[in-house]
Amino acid sequence: MSVREMRATLEEVHSATRVSVSRRRFDWSVIIKQLVLLLAAFTVLFPAYFMVITPLKTQEAYSLSKLGFPTQIYLGNFETALRGGRFFLWFGNSIILSVGAVALSTLVAAMGAFATSRMNFRGRNLLLSLISSLMVIPPVVMLIPLFLLLTRIKMTSTYPGAILVYAGLLAPFSVYLLNNFFRTIPHEIIESALMDGASPLDILFRIMLPLSAPALMTLITVNMLWVWNDLLIALVLLPEDSMRTLMVGITVFGSRYNADVPVSMAGMLMASVPIFLIYLFGQRYFIRGLVAGAIKG
Amino acid sequence: MITLGKTERRARMLRTKPWTPYLYLAPVSLLMLFVFGYPLIAIFDFSTRRIRGASGPFIGLENYRQIFKDEVFQQAILHNAQLLLAVPILVIVGIVLAVLLYERVAGWRIYRTILFAPFIIAIPVIGIVFSNMLSLNGAVNELLRAVGLDFLALDWLGSAQMALWSVMAIIIWHEMGFGVVLFLARLLSLNEEIQEAARIDGAGWWQRLWYVTIPQLKDVTEFYAVVSVITMLAWVFPFVYVMTRGGPGNATQVMELYIFNFAFRNSLPGIASAVAVILFLITLALMIPLFQLRARTEMEGIE
Repeated sequence: MSVREMRATLEEVHSATRVSVSRRRFDWSVIIKQLVLLLAAFTVLFPAYFMVITPLKTQEAYSLSKLGFPTQIYLGNFETALRGGRFFLWFGNSIILSVGAVALSTLVAAMGAFATSRMNFRGRNLLLSLISSLMVIPPVVMLIPLFLLLTRIKMTSTYPGAILVYAGLLAPFSVYLLNNFFRTIPHEIIESALMDGASPLDILFRIMLPLSAPALMTLITVNMLWVWNDLLIALVLLPEDSMRTLMVGITVFGSRYNADVPVSMAGMLMASVPIFLIYLFGQRYFIRGLVAGAIKG
Repeated sequence: MITLGKTERRARMLRTKPWTPYLYLAPVSLLMLFVFGYPLIAIFDFSTRRIRGASGPFIGLENYRQIFKDEVFQQAILHNAQLLLAVPILVIVGIVLAVLLYERVAGWRIYRTILFAPFIIAIPVIGIVFSNMLSLNGAVNELLRAVGLDFLALDWLGSAQMALWSVMAIIIWHEMGFGVVLFLARLLSLNEEIQEAARIDGAGWWQRLWYVTIPQLKDVTEFYAVVSVITMLAWVFPFVYVMTRGGPGNATQVMELYIFNFAFRNSLPGIASAVAVILFLITLALMIPLFQLRARTEMEGIE
C-alpha cells in the first residue's frame, strides 16, 4: 500500500468516525424515543407476564409473591382448570359458531358485493351507503328484538339462531370490504371469461373469489376474531350451559375461581394461546383488515 | 355518503338480465333485514309499550319518562360521558407512538407487534387478568409498594372513586394499539418528501411533528376521534360486565349495561328499548361526521 493510499484510507476511517461522533451527539433523542417505546411495551407486556407466570405457581407461592418468578414450576393449575372438560366444550362451541357465521356471511356477502361492484341496478349507491352506515351501529341496539324473536321461534341456545345473527352482523363489513376489492379486478379478465361462455356465477366463483384471496384472508381473519371475542351476543342468545362460548365460559370461570388466581390465570392463558399464535403468524391480515374496516371494535 | 373513488368509474359493469343483480343481493339483504332492519324498527315500537313477555299495551312516552327520572340511568349517561376523556388520550398516545414507529426506531417492527397485541386479545381475558392484578393485594399494588409508592396502592376497582377511571385505563390499554396502527398506516401512505424537505430546512423533531406531521394526519385523527367516541359510548359493555358488573354500587354503570340489565335481568324490555333507541340516535348523529371524514380520508393498508 502506498503512502498516499494509506493516507486516503486513514482519511476515510477518520471521516467515518467523525460521522459516528456527530451521530452520537443526537443519541439522547434516540434514547428518549426508545424509553417511550419501552415504557409502552412494558405496559402492554406486564399483564401478559402476569398471565404467563401466575399459573406456574401454587396458591401458596402466589400469596407470598404475585410477581416473582416461581421457585418451582407447578402444572396442577392447568389440570384443575381443564377438569370436567368444560374448556373443550366452550372451545368447540366457539369454533362452530365462528366458522359457521364467517362461512355464511362470506358467501352471501360475496354474492352481494359481486352485484354492487359489477352490475348496474337502481338504488346501487343508496344500498352501498346504507351498508356502510350499518357497520357503525352497536349490536346492543338490536339485541332486544332479536332475543324476543328468537325466543318466539324457539331458536335461542341453538347454533343456527346464533350463526344467523352473527353472520348478519358481519355482513355489512364483509360486503363493504369485498365490494371495494372486487372493483379493483381488471375488467379484461372478466371479459375474456365471458367470451369463453362463463355465466355470472362462474365469474364470481372461478375468477373474482380466487383473485380476491388476500382480501378474503383479511376478511375471514377479522370476522373470525370478532365472533370469537364476542361476549354480549353469546351471553344473551346462548343462555344454556351446554351452549356457552369460550368467552362466556371464561367469564363464568373467572368469577368461580375468583379466589384461586393461579387456576383462573391458567384458564385465561389457555384461552388466549390459540389467538395469540394466529396473530403472530397472520399479523398482517389482522392489521390490514382492522385498518380497512376502521370501524369495527 | 360513501365515496365513489376513481376505481369506481374505471370498473366496467357486466351486462345482465335486469333481475340478476337483485337475485345476487337477495340472500345478504334478507340476512340484514333480519338482523338490522326488523330490530331497528321494533325497538321504536317496544319503547312505547309496557312489555311483559313478548308484547304489551301502548303507553306512549312513559318508558322515556321513567328512564330520565331514574338516577341509575342518569349515572350511566354521566359515566359514558366521563369515559370520553379517554378519546384525547387515545389520540395523543396513538400519534406519538405511530410517529416513533414511522421513524424506524430500532426494533420498530417488534414494537408494532407488541403494541397492537392488546387489541386482538379477548376483552373477558383482559378483564379477568386486570381485576386480579388490580385487587387490593394484587400484582400492581405489590409493584407499587416495592418501589416505595405505597400511597398509590389503592383499591383500584373496588372503590367507587377509582373504579370508573381504572376501567377507562384498561379500555385505553386495549384500544391503544388500533390507533397506533391506524396512524402508522396513514403516515406510510404519505409523501415522504415533505418530511425530508422540512428536515433539510432545519426543522427539529417537535417542529416537524407540530407543523408537518399533525396537519398531515388531520383527517385520520378526526376519523379516529369519532370512532373512539362511538366506542366509549356504545362498545364498553364487556369491560364493565366482566370487571365490575357496574359496581361498586353504580360507580361504573353505563348505558349498554343498563340495557342489558333491564332487558335480560329485570325482564323489562320496554324500558331497555327506550335506552336502545337513545343509543341508536346517538350513533346515528355521530355517523354524519364519520362519513364526511371517511370520504376525505382514503385509508391505505400497510405492508
